[in-house]
Amino acid sequence: MLELTPADYQAIWLSTRVAVVATLLSLPFGYAMAYLLVFSRVRGKAFIDGLVNLPLVLPPVVVGYLLLLLLGRHGWLGSLLDAWGIHIVFTWKAAVLASMVVGFPLLVRSIRLGLEGIDEKLLQASRTLGAHWYDTLFTIIIPLSGRSVLAGATLMFARSLGEFGATIIIAGNIPGVTQTIPLAIYDYTNTPGGDRMALSLCIVSVVLSFAVLLLNEGLLRRFSPRREP
Amino acid sequence: MNLEISLRKRLGDFTLAVDFITHADRVGIFGRSGSGKSTLAHLIAGLISPDQGRIELDGELLYCSDQRICRPPERRRIAVVFQHAHLFPHMCVRRNLLYGYNRTPAKLRKIEPKDLIEVLDLGDLLDRRVLALSGGERQRVALGRAVLASPRLLVMDEPLAALDEALKYQIIPYLTAISERFAVPTLLISHSMNEMQLMTDEVIVLHKGEVSAQTTPEELARQRMGWTRAGYINLLKLADPIEEDGLFSYRWNGTRLLIGTGGPGEALFELSSKDIMLFRGHPGAISARNLLPCRAVGTFEMDGRVGVELACGSERLIAQVMKGAAHELGICPGIEIYAVMKASAFRRLY
Repeated sequence: MLELTPADYQAIWLSTRVAVVATLLSLPFGYAMAYLLVFSRVRGKAFIDGLVNLPLVLPPVVVGYLLLLLLGRHGWLGSLLDAWGIHIVFTWKAAVLASMVVGFPLLVRSIRLGLEGIDEKLLQASRTLGAHWYDTLFTIIIPLSGRSVLAGATLMFARSLGEFGATIIIAGNIPGVTQTIPLAIYDYTNTPGGDRMALSLCIVSVVLSFAVLLLNEGLLRRFSPRREP
Repeated sequence: MNLEISLRKRLGDFTLAVDFITHADRVGIFGRSGSGKSTLAHLIAGLISPDQGRIELDGELLYCSDQRICRPPERRRIAVVFQHAHLFPHMCVRRNLLYGYNRTPAKLRKIEPKDLIEVLDLGDLLDRRVLALSGGERQRVALGRAVLASPRLLVMDEPLAALDEALKYQIIPYLTAISERFAVPTLLISHSMNEMQLMTDEVIVLHKGEVSAQTTPEELARQRMGWTRAGYINLLKLADPIEEDGLFSYRWNGTRLLIGTGGPGEALFELSSKDIMLFRGHPGAISARNLLPCRAVGTFEMDGRVGVELACGSERLIAQVMKGAAHELGICPGIEIYAVMKASAFRRLY
């Protein structure tokens, strides 16, 4: 029933790779941002919060276009990177970047909820017992936010698997290079007689997403604080 | 301990303005809820910052607004036991206990885990997850965790308030054992007069954010006799009970006290000064089960009531009578007098 061409396998592999890399790369930044928003006393938190959440409400195409302006040959960051011989636009790295930006708010929101749920008294207790802030971070805050990090990472991974709008603008739709599953499906639906092929990739997409959800559920159960040893 | 406090802190409509110096090793901060007790505890531990003032502990400045000194909590070596245990839920009991110990430089460690585990009776709990502990066990672990950091001062912020009555008095012996065995100076925040009497040597009374008195727990209990309904609370630690006719007879000071609510083993009872009747001569046959010959050794007056300090052998009891009754009985230091208590007047605390 599944009819997959070598190009499809490449798309599946690329999608997975992009989602994994985007999620892993975003995690430390997402965690730091959530920590900043919850625990620090910096001014303008509302503004930072708004900025972080902007990709959530902007059309992905707009995000992609803004990234293109920033990272294109004539963009200020793009020209800088160009001088160092780094090219991002229309490579798989651009797909990663698109996924990172679009999925970032989901990751931060989830971690933030987890951090806000940690009892402040636990942090006070650890400090009065002689733990510096970084000690408290690694021994109390991070272990207690494992569930929310996992939930955020799952959301971000799933969002990355489905990323289309920003990716097609900044990474293009180059088979074997930047063509992820959604882009390949888009291609098939525009090709006469491509329906069956599109359906096959849709099924792959459903199976992949479902597997991620199941994995997430299983891990969350393992992390549950109420579980007896 | 040498603790000098002079602090100002504004929180909304409430202003805390506290100045005191204490040299006692077991200090109580006493006051009603809303008097600023907890705020003071947090200020001393460094968990909130004062607006101005100074905190000096054993010659070291922990906070001084003039010199812009403000030691963070992790460098004050003041451990805190909160009302709720706040154990780290992702660690077992052992890791909770050792959290502060592992963060204390070896040369500053004064208390070894082995000794503490024995005193607090935690041996069987070490590998348990903290979520599987009962309320009393959690509070014992929290106490142990704080003490193992070898703090210069142990602040206990209403450590018993979340426990039910019976459990509360089961924990108190552990708390007293800590200060006796390990010589850790303690600062106990509480609104319970009994806790002040059992666990402190000096009490600082807070009222609406200011120090209204600095006194001994005994003196405070006597003052309160005048205006609380409960009167002065005599605390009696009794042992060796024998059950007879539905009552329990406890050994006390060469004689035996008959008490209604007894049980096996050692127990702590409270007896209100109001529940002690005084007779000048032997009253003959009476229904009350306890009749003790005593000697009045002192009197004090509070709001029209007279407190009579009675010496029964080596023990002391405080009874209270109205001013007129004291006059009629001719109570003055040195006279022989009979104290009568019903078996039901004793209330068992644990």
